[in-house]
Parts: sequence; structure tokens; C-alpha cells
Amino acid sequence: MSSGRGVAHATGGNVAEITASSTLAERARRLSPTLLKDLLEKMLLIRRFEEKAAELYALGKIGGFCHLYIGQEAVGVGAISTLGPDDYIFCSYRDHGQALARGLDPGVLMAELCGKVTGCSKGKGGSMHLFDKRLGFYGGHAIVGAHLPLAAGTAFAARYLKEPRVTLCFFGDAAVNIGSFHESLNLAQLWKLPVVFICENNEFGMGTPIEKTAAIQNLHERGGAYNMAHAGADGMDVLAVREVVAEAIERARKDSLPTLIEAQTYRYMGHSMSDPTHGIYRTKAELEEHRKKDPIKRFISALETIGVATQEYVEETDNRIREIVEQAVVFADQSPEPGRDALSADVYLP
Amino acid sequence: MSILQYREALNQAMREEMLRDDRVFLLGEEVGAYNGAYKVSRGLLNEFGPERVLDTPIAELGFTGLAVGAAMAGLRPIVEVMTFNFSILAVDQVVNSAAKMLYMSGGQFGIPMVFRGPGGSAHQLAAQHSQALEAWYCHVPGLKVVMPSTPADAKGLLKSAIRDDNPVVFIESEVLYGLKGEVPEGEYTVPIGVAEIKRPGNDVTIIAHSKMVHVAMEAAKDLEAEGLDAEVIDPRTLRPLDAETLVNSVKKTNRAVIVEEGWPFCGVGAQMVDIIQEQAFDYLDAPILRVTGTDVPTPYNKSLEHLAFPDKQRVVEAVRRATYRN
Repeated sequence: MSSGRGVAHATGGNVAEITASSTLAERARRLSPTLLKDLLEKMLLIRRFEEKAAELYALGKIGGFCHLYIGQEAVGVGAISTLGPDDYIFCSYRDHGQALARGLDPGVLMAELCGKVTGCSKGKGGSMHLFDKRLGFYGGHAIVGAHLPLAAGTAFAARYLKEPRVTLCFFGDAAVNIGSFHESLNLAQLWKLPVVFICENNEFGMGTPIEKTAAIQNLHERGGAYNMAHAGADGMDVLAVREVVAEAIERARKDSLPTLIEAQTYRYMGHSMSDPTHGIYRTKAELEEHRKKDPIKRFISALETIGVATQEYVEETDNRIREIVEQAVVFADQSPEPGRDALSADVYLP
Repeated sequence: MSILQYREALNQAMREEMLRDDRVFLLGEEVGAYNGAYKVSRGLLNEFGPERVLDTPIAELGFTGLAVGAAMAGLRPIVEVMTFNFSILAVDQVVNSAAKMLYMSGGQFGIPMVFRGPGGSAHQLAAQHSQALEAWYCHVPGLKVVMPSTPADAKGLLKSAIRDDNPVVFIESEVLYGLKGEVPEGEYTVPIGVAEIKRPGNDVTIIAHSKMVHVAMEAAKDLEAEGLDAEVIDPRTLRPLDAETLVNSVKKTNRAVIVEEGWPFCGVGAQMVDIIQEQAFDYLDAPILRVTGTDVPTPYNKSLEHLAFPDKQRVVEAVRRATYRN
């Protein structure tokens, strides 16, 4: 999978070759230091937040299922960096990273994970159901593939209301085999909906490698079945993701057309906090091999190469982010539990 | 008053609400160019255009989910399922997305959507195309379930459903589409959650919804000849159920027979029995009886099919048992 330069179109059944791009450092040089630092800080925030979430899960402060984003930070951060403030985002249950990338307050997120009333879903959604309407963050959905039609729906609404809003929909590799994937992509292309479907291929659906479940190797090529533009991207390269998604977002906004993107990535943790990181379905060596391609380390190295970041800046920033995460935990800890009256609230609108 | 078919009343409701609110749109299989599989959407494509009346692929899960997403973004979709038999394909979106979105988002996302189409038994359509599935939807918090039995209610309730800010499952009767009845002229709605006493009486309460209302009314007529004065109640809305009207009637008549096409086990009537026994226990002079669909998949054979669903005779017999007249 090469980092995408252009988005491949499926025309007449032929998928254009995706041209390889230049190195990460070279591409970084073309962007403003402010943007680059923002991307780095968001990735670091996600990493440190998720490490803390793992701790709180072990302590029993976070319950239920908790799916961490460690290793996949470049996908959420790169993709969401291309959006405008009015655009829509949908996620699967692995949604902490995208919420932080979109600007959800870490304290409000941590409070939600801890089931507190100050959480973004008032403590009633939890890790898998993060929502923030103000941010265009339309959820955390926990049935595999079921949010793809919803994303087609907000895209439909944007077109219906003649609003220049685009929908970005994240999902895991295992979702490409479920019926709602097919039905959504067909409708999106048929009705020319401004939606970008981004498949985060972290190689495993829980503990099953994708090659055991999908009859196609490059998942984005499924787009060809719908005559939909599609492309792969190196999901461990934040700028590659940004580049490919930006082009798709532009296609959605200007031409009201969907795109299917596959970002090749890797999760370092187990499927959820109750699953092992390795042992049954992958070896420790395999995991370590992927960690060498760490998206944050790679990006730091590129920024140092071009002189945008120094080691000192990175350390300072990391410390500042660790403090933000500590404060998020304090906020969550000090926040009240929902009252008993919350149990039956928000079942119906009046 | 004008005389309209049930399907025409539904059509008027959609047309009026689409004229009233630009955010209302209709999507489903065959709803546009074909004017609807049962002609309920006749003329709407011509009047409102393809942006607001959308023919979909046969993909119930996909287009229902799309409607839920559109509702999250402020639109007010009407989803037509060709029949409720096919709604099963969309149950994940109705139950897991539409019904729960408000709650799991901490009150941020209501889903103002109507999920409508014909349900109930039909003529010799066999196991997969002829069944009453309302109990499935009634089970789910976050949904409202409406089942009109007359053209007037069909129009007034559908207008209320379209204006409701919650997801409303609106189950029409496949065999009542041609039923004619008086429909008030001009603007009117029928409130969701309010039952109607179709026939006042003192000896027994018969509760029935959708096409079973007509079976119950015929039975009441026969019972009158036997000297039994039945009160017939149409809940019209199954969730939220107008328990007060049901309970008050039973407190008066002291006996209840509940009629439904659905299967007996965990059926809608079972819930009504629970409410009545709890709220009117001391008023009951006989066990509450149920007349339901038989606990089998619907057979194709005409005489077997007839045995599979409640008819007038079975209702009459149940009332005789409830009044110790047998």
C-alpha cells in the first residue's frame, strides 16, 4: 500500500495506479509549522489519553467494552484535519481518537468513559457511544457496519438541504463484509452523496486476520464494484492520510460524490481492553515489528529533520499533554454520577 | 366529511405534511414512479419531484439507516417498507439506531422518522408474506407503535406520526387499503396514545386493533342478538398504550377479551392482560381471554390459513366463555 498521491478512480472497471509519493519529511516541508505541530499534538494527546484509559480500565474506573486507538492515531488525526467545522463524523465503537482529533475536551471524554454526568453523552453512552452534536461528532456506533447507512443519511441531508457539508465515516476492516457496507456504498454512489468512507484496516477483526474473512486483498478496491472513487493510504503516515482524504473531501464537497478509502494501519492493543494484545492471533515479534513504524515516532522524526520540532519541544509538548490527561482524570473523578432520574430521561422527546 | 379509501387517507396525510414541511420526504421501494406497491404514494412523485420521493434499491437496512442519518441531520423521513415482513431486514436500524439514538447520545439526537407500510395477514401469501409483527416493535423503548383501523384514523394518526419528534412505527393493514370510510374535511390530526371506544357496552370489553377491530365489531353485533352488550375498544396506538381507557372499560364491564392477529406467546394482548390484572384485579369476574393468531407460521392452504387467524366466530366464543354463557 503506497501513500496516496491521487485518489484512484474506477472507470470502466479499471483502477488507476496509485502513484507513490515523496518521503514524509519532504511532504511536511510543504505545510505550515502550525499545522504540523497541531497534527503532532493531537496524535500525542490520543496516545497519552488512551494509555491513561487503559490504566483506568485496569482500576475498574472504566467499565464495559473499551477499544483503544493506540497505533492508529495517524488515521483519525490526518483525516479529520481536512474537515470544516460544519462537517459530520461517524465512527465505530473505536472512537476515542477521532473524538479527540475533532476537539472533544479530554475531560469530557474521560468523564464519559467513567460514566459521569459531565460526559459528552451524559454518562449513558460510554466508550462506544460518544456524541457531540456541536462538534459534528455523530457517534460512536457499536454494531459493526451499522453506522455506514447513517453516514449516507447525513450526506443525503446535506444534499437535500443544499448545505456544503461533507460526512466522514470511519469503520474497521471487518465491516467491509457486512451487508450494510454494500447497501450504503451502493446508495452513496447511486444518489451521489457527499460522503467519504474510510476503512481503517488494522489487519484484524477482533482476533481474525482480514485475509481469512475478505475475498479481496486491497479492501478499497471494493469501491470499484459501485463505480466509486477509491484509494489506499498509508495509515501510519499522518500526511499521507491527510492528502488522500483531502482529495476525497473535495470531491464530496465540490462534486457531491463519495469515495472509499482504505488506510492501512495497526492497533497495538487487543481488540478491546478485555482482549489480549498478542498470543493467540499474532506474535509479539509481529507486534514489535509494526511498532517500528509507529506513526508518532515517524512524524516526530520528519519534523525534526525539517527543523519544525526539536527534541526539547517534543518533550515539553509531551509533558504538557500528559498534564492535560491528568487533569482530564481529575475532572472525571470529581464529576458526579448521573442521578436516578437520568435512568428514564431521554427515552422519548416530548 | 368525505368518503375515502384507507390508502387515499394515508396519501392525503403524506401529501398535506409534505406541503406543510419541506423537511418531510418519502423513500422506499416503488414509492415513486410505480406510485407505491399498494398505491399509497400515488401522485407524490409528480407533485414533489424525485428529491423528495425516492425510489430505493431493495435494501431495507440501507435505506432505513440512511433515513435515520437524515433525521439526525434535521430531516423528517417517511420510510415506506413494501410490507412489514421485509421490515425484519431493517430491524437493526430501527431498534439499535432509531430507537436508542436519543438515549445513548444523552438527549442530543432525536429521530423524527416514520417507518410505515402494511402488516398483518393477507390472502394466501404464506409464511413469509403474511404475519403480524407489531409485538416485536412494541417491545422496544424509544419507539412508538401505531396501527390505524379506519381511513379517518389512518389520516389523522399518520399526520401526528409525521409531526412526532420520535421514531414512529406505523403499521397499516394490507387488507384494509381499499376500505372506505368517512374522513373529516380539512386539517385534523388524531393524537398518538389515545384509544377509541368504537362501541359502548356493559357486559364485556373487547379490545382489538387494526383489522381485528372490524372482526370485533361484527362479533359484537352477533353477541347483541344473544343479549350480550359488548364494548369494543380500539387502542389505535399500541405504544404508548392508552391503559386508562382499557382499564376503565374493564372496571365497568368486569370482563375482557383481547383480539390480535399476532402469535400468542409474548403477544401484544399478553401485555394488555398484565396491565388489566394489575390495575383492575378486583373488578374482574372472569379470567381475561385472548383470541390470537395460531402459534404456527402462516400456511398457504386457504382453509388452514383461515384457521390460523382470529375470526368473528372465535371472538364470539371467547366472549361466551368470558361471560359463562357456553
